[in-house]
Amino acid sequence: MSQKLRILVPIKRVIDFAIKPRINKTNTGVETKGVKFSMNPFCDIALEESIRIKENNKDLVEKIHAASIGPTKAQDILRTALAKGADTTTLVDVGDEEVEPLNVAKILKKIVEKENSNLVILGKQAIDDDSNQTGQMLAGLLNWPQATNASKVQIEGDSVTVVREIDGGSDTLRAKLPMVISTDLRLNEPRYASLPNIMKAKKKPLEKIKASDLDVTIESRLETLKVEEPPQRKAGIKVDSVDELISKLKEIKAI
Amino acid sequence: MSRFVRSIRHFGSSSFRLDSLVFIEGSAGKVNTASLSAVTAAAQIGKPITALVAGPEGEAIASEVGKINGIDKVLLAKGENYSHYLAEELSPLIKDVLEDSKFTHFITAATSVGKSVLPRVGALVDVQPISDLIKVESENTFVRPIYAGNALATVRSNEKLILASIRASAFAPTPVEGGSSSIEEFTPKSKAETSSEFVSEDLITSERPELGSAKRVVSGGRGLKNKETFEKLIEPLAAKLNAAIGASRVAVDSGFCDNSLQVGQTGKVVAPELYVAVGISGAIQHLAGMKDAKTIVAINKDPEAPIFNIADIGLVADINEAVPELVEKL
Repeated sequence: MSQKLRILVPIKRVIDFAIKPRINKTNTGVETKGVKFSMNPFCDIALEESIRIKENNKDLVEKIHAASIGPTKAQDILRTALAKGADTTTLVDVGDEEVEPLNVAKILKKIVEKENSNLVILGKQAIDDDSNQTGQMLAGLLNWPQATNASKVQIEGDSVTVVREIDGGSDTLRAKLPMVISTDLRLNEPRYASLPNIMKAKKKPLEKIKASDLDVTIESRLETLKVEEPPQRKAGIKVDSVDELISKLKEIKAI
Repeated sequence: MSRFVRSIRHFGSSSFRLDSLVFIEGSAGKVNTASLSAVTAAAQIGKPITALVAGPEGEAIASEVGKINGIDKVLLAKGENYSHYLAEELSPLIKDVLEDSKFTHFITAATSVGKSVLPRVGALVDVQPISDLIKVESENTFVRPIYAGNALATVRSNEKLILASIRASAFAPTPVEGGSSSIEEFTPKSKAETSSEFVSEDLITSERPELGSAKRVVSGGRGLKNKETFEKLIEPLAAKLNAAIGASRVAVDSGFCDNSLQVGQTGKVVAPELYVAVGISGAIQHLAGMKDAKTIVAINKDPEAPIFNIADIGLVADINEAVPELVEKL
């Protein structure tokens, strides 16, 4: 007999992917004032996958729980998650503090234990810090199997088969629940939340807690000394013909 | 049963003697180029380097690694269970090696294996790793891109053990020559307990050079319209230039070519001598994967395309005419 799935989807609030970030005046980070924030695109894909698993296997999924660790405003993306199809949510309010992946993984481990989750689906990376670490760390802390960069997820009983995007192609891994899966772009196309569902989401549970409620102390191990603009490329030239393009390439010895 | 001979070290004040451990990936008896770049990064940290090779066919790779100048010692873990570089198997092995010899640094290339394994090791040894670094400032300070390469962060680790992955395109591969280090077998104390198993893999075979390490890359985007045009225009140009083929996300999502050819924040990051962008507008996510190329050429019919802001040489033209002409005249 297969066990019921209790899926945890960790989601992060990040600067919207379409916005070009600007470095702040003190060179300590990226300007966040007056900037549009959204759900990290990979987290959106993870949420979508959880909802599809629930829709495609009527009685298989007991609950989808979405959790976010961030400022009070991160409740906006949790509302979005509820509107899309999450059942319950937790916001771990840490204020404006940037929390490193190891701390995030430690907090998520506690939430896994609290929610009795047996499947964690999360984005492969957040598009702000680009770390690509949290899922693997959580799997390591729990000593669960992990499948990163998933482009296809198939669940049969307590066996999970995942096709992963790897350098040079793809591979297929299989593991038994419980496990951690991180999503790649190609896994699915996330849905939009409809207005009636957005209204309904306002009545769904959104629990607000602090890291200390979970007995986790957030301690930064890395220190960001400065954040700078990458070197700008020198302005290039425009050519009018293929012949001119070839002669320029020869001139700079590129061919 | 082979025995690992533990080397005797003297700690105390001479902390500089403590080594860096570099994880080496290989296939078909050859060291992966990205791992050779990891050796270069480790050399810049300036401590003696031990290389770790794992897998049932590790002997050939270990003997290659032994020939690299600058590697002090090669550790070989031969187990069958390492054959597909599963993170669940490798992480406890790496933890054992790190703790056995009190390494100060662990470096791996940010390949799909490295990205999968490194954070799991971090969790096991309670260390926050540093991903995808592009510059070694000192033994504990590094530069890494954030926000799709739109910002560079200088990060200092205050951990006793530093775990890092390196962006291969930012470090020239160390040549396999000039060294003759010994190979020692390593048998881990503990065995991984996991239900994970490798089922199969589907690798794209191509006559073209490998995208991540190619000197030249020809990439196609939305402007190619379909798979047929992609193949008709991109392949001959890549063949003529002996270049690897790359693609934008739109081209991949629209099925013009395989996913593994995607260049960008979420795909491969390349820094070839020559990058030719054909029918690519230049979204920030794509630029993140190629803006460190030495020379960028853009061919696009839209003169306002953002790709022209970073291209060294731009040609505003219909790619259906310009690319065949370019192939013919090269």
